[in-house]
Amino acid sequence: MDLLEYQGKQFFAQYGIPVSQGEAVTTVDDAVAAADRIGYPVVVKAQVHVGGRGKAGGVKLASNTEEAREHASNILGLDIKGHVVKTIWIEAASDIAEEYYASFTLDRAAKKHLGMLSAEGGVEIEAVAESNPDAIAKIWIDPVDGLTEEAARAWVAEAKLNPAANDGAVDILLKLYRAYTEGDADLCEINPLILKPTGEVHALDAKVTLDGNAQFRHEGWDVYDATQIRDEREQAAHDKGLQYVGLDGSVGVIANGAGLAMSTVDIVNQVGGSPANFLDIGGGANAEVMAGALEVINNDPNVKSIFINIFGGITKGDEVANGIVTALGRVTIDAPIVIRIDGTNAEQGRAILAEHASDKLQSKPTMIEAAKTAVELAK
Amino acid sequence: MAIFVNENTKVLYQGLTGSQGKFYGLRNRDYGTQVVAGVNPKKAGTDVDGIPVYASVAEAKEATGATVSCVFIPAPGVQSAVLEAAEAGMELVVVITEGVPAQDEAYFFNKVRRDFPGTRILGPNCPGIISPGKANIGITAGEIAKPGGPVGIVSRSGTLTYQALYELKLQDIGVTTCVGIGGDPVPGTSFIDCLDAFEADPETKAVMLIGEIGGSAEEEAAAFIKEKMTKPVSAYIAGVTAPPGKKMGHAGAIVSGGKGTAAAKMEALRDAGVKVGNNPTEAGELMVEIVRGLGL
Repeated sequence: MDLLEYQGKQFFAQYGIPVSQGEAVTTVDDAVAAADRIGYPVVVKAQVHVGGRGKAGGVKLASNTEEAREHASNILGLDIKGHVVKTIWIEAASDIAEEYYASFTLDRAAKKHLGMLSAEGGVEIEAVAESNPDAIAKIWIDPVDGLTEEAARAWVAEAKLNPAANDGAVDILLKLYRAYTEGDADLCEINPLILKPTGEVHALDAKVTLDGNAQFRHEGWDVYDATQIRDEREQAAHDKGLQYVGLDGSVGVIANGAGLAMSTVDIVNQVGGSPANFLDIGGGANAEVMAGALEVINNDPNVKSIFINIFGGITKGDEVANGIVTALGRVTIDAPIVIRIDGTNAEQGRAILAEHASDKLQSKPTMIEAAKTAVELAK
Repeated sequence: MAIFVNENTKVLYQGLTGSQGKFYGLRNRDYGTQVVAGVNPKKAGTDVDGIPVYASVAEAKEATGATVSCVFIPAPGVQSAVLEAAEAGMELVVVITEGVPAQDEAYFFNKVRRDFPGTRILGPNCPGIISPGKANIGITAGEIAKPGGPVGIVSRSGTLTYQALYELKLQDIGVTTCVGIGGDPVPGTSFIDCLDAFEADPETKAVMLIGEIGGSAEEEAAAFIKEKMTKPVSAYIAGVTAPPGKKMGHAGAIVSGGKGTAAAKMEALRDAGVKVGNNPTEAGELMVEIVRGLGL
C-alpha cells in the first residue's frame, strides 16, 4: 500500500521524525487559506503515486498569496503521467544546505533489513547506485537485534555526510527504523533528507509503502487504502477482496493461486490469445468468492470469453463448481466459460458442472486445451 | 528415500481444532501421515476425530514424540506459534498460513536461525511438503502424486506445485519429495536448501524447479546448480508475460526496473544447464525426456 507524500509525513511524524509543517487540501481556496496560515514562503506539492512530479510542474514555491493561488490552481487537476492531481500539500519552505538520501527495506536475499544512506541525495538513488555505488553506505540489520545507536553512528560516519549532520542523522535513522519495523512498512525512504543551514536534519520528502498483511494491527489504515489508485475493474475486485490486475486483452482469467494465475495468463498469450486480466481467487476461496470473481470479469466489456483454471488445494473443486453455478444463477454471464478443474474434490466439481454444461459452459481436461478453446471463443 | 519427511515422521498440528486445520489434518492422516497430535491451550484434553489435543507443543511432543509441526494458525498468531514450535525442539515447522506480515517473517526467521539451529521453517504461505506414499503435510491433494521417484520437486508457487506433480503422474513418473517453499518475502526454506538435500538423496535422480517473477531466488538457485549439482534439473518460471511494476498476488511476484523478470531467470537457469520450459506442461515434458534419458 503506497502512501502519498503527506500521508508518509504524517506517518513519520508519529515516530518523532522532523517534517515540515503543512496541510493537505483539495481546493484552491483551501490551499490559499492554508498557505496564509502557514506563512510564506510555502511549497505547493502535487500528491500523486508517481515519481517525477517536479519536472511535470507539480512542485512550486510561492512567496505570497497570489502565487499560492496561481500554483494551486495550476497543479490541481494537472495530469502527471496519467495521474490526475486531486490533493495538494502546502508546506513551509525549508532552507537547504545539503541533500542526503536514507531508506530502509527488506533485503530478500540476505533475509535481513537493509538500510541505505548517501551523501548524494535529491536525485534518483538508482542513478547513484549505477554511477557511484560507493556513495551509498549500506547496513544490514538483524531484525532480532534491531538498529543500535552504536551501529547507526558507525553507518552515518561511513556515509561521510557533513559532520554537522551526524547527530541529527543518527537520531532520524533510529526513528525511521522504528517507523519501518513497528509501523509495518515494506519501504521507508527519505529523499531528500536535508541539512539546514541552522544545523538541523529534516525529512523533506516521504516515500512509504505499508505491508497490507499487517493491517489487522493498525487502526486507521483504511484512510490510506481509500487513496490507492485503481482502475474501475481493480477497485471492484479489491472491494470483493480479490487479487486482480487489469490487462488489455479479451480472455478473462480466473485462477486459484498467484503462480497458477500468472501461468494461465502466460499460456493464453502462448496459444495466440490476449488475457484481459490476472485474477487470483486465492486459497480458501468458496462459492461466494467465485461468484464475486465472475461478476468482476463480467463487468469488463472487453471480455469475450472466460477461462477458469482451478487446481484444488485449499480451494476445493466442488466449492468452485458450486460457486460457478451460484454466480450463473445470480448474474447473466455474457461470455462463454471454459473451465479446467483438477485436484482436491475435482471429480465432484466436474460432476456438478456436467449437470449445467451448455454452449456457454464447457469443461476441458488440460490447461492447454482449455486455453486454446477460450482463445478460439474470444475471436 | 525422501527429503525432510518420510513414513516415520510424526506430525502435530497447531490449529488442528480450526476448520482448515481439521480438514487438512484429517486428510493428511487419511493419506497415511502419522498425525499424532493437535495443539490448542483452550481445548487441551479433547480430541479431533481421535487425535489428542494438548495445551502446548512441548506437551504434545513429550506425549507423542512428534518432530514436525504443521501450522494452520491465523496470520496474527503465526509468529508466536513458530517460536513455540522451535522452542519445543520441532525439527521442521511447516507454515501453511497466508497473509503473515513481512516484519514477523523476517523476525522469526532470524530468531529461529540463530537460537534454534536445529529447526527448519518451511513457508509461510506454502502448500507444505509431500513425500508421496509416505507422508503428506499440508494442503496438497495426495492423489495427484505418484510415489517412488526418481524426481524431486521444489516450487515457489502453490498451485503450480500441484500442476507439476500432476504432469509427472500423467507420464507415470514418481516423485521422492515435493517441497512447496511458498512465495512470501522471507521463505524459511530456500530453493538452495532443497536442491542441496535432493543432490544428497540417493533416490532422487533429477529435480524440477518451479519459480516465478520477482526477487532473485531463482538466480541464486541457478548459481548453486551450476557450481554444486550433478543431477539434471528442469524448470518453469511463471509470469513470462506479466507487465512490469504490477504486483501479481504473491508478495514475491512483482517485476521492478527490469530486475526479477522471467526472462532473466530463465536465462540464468539455462546458463546453468537447466532445461527450461515455457509452460508447466513443457517443463513436465522436459523432465520426462530427462528421466527417459537416464534410462529410468
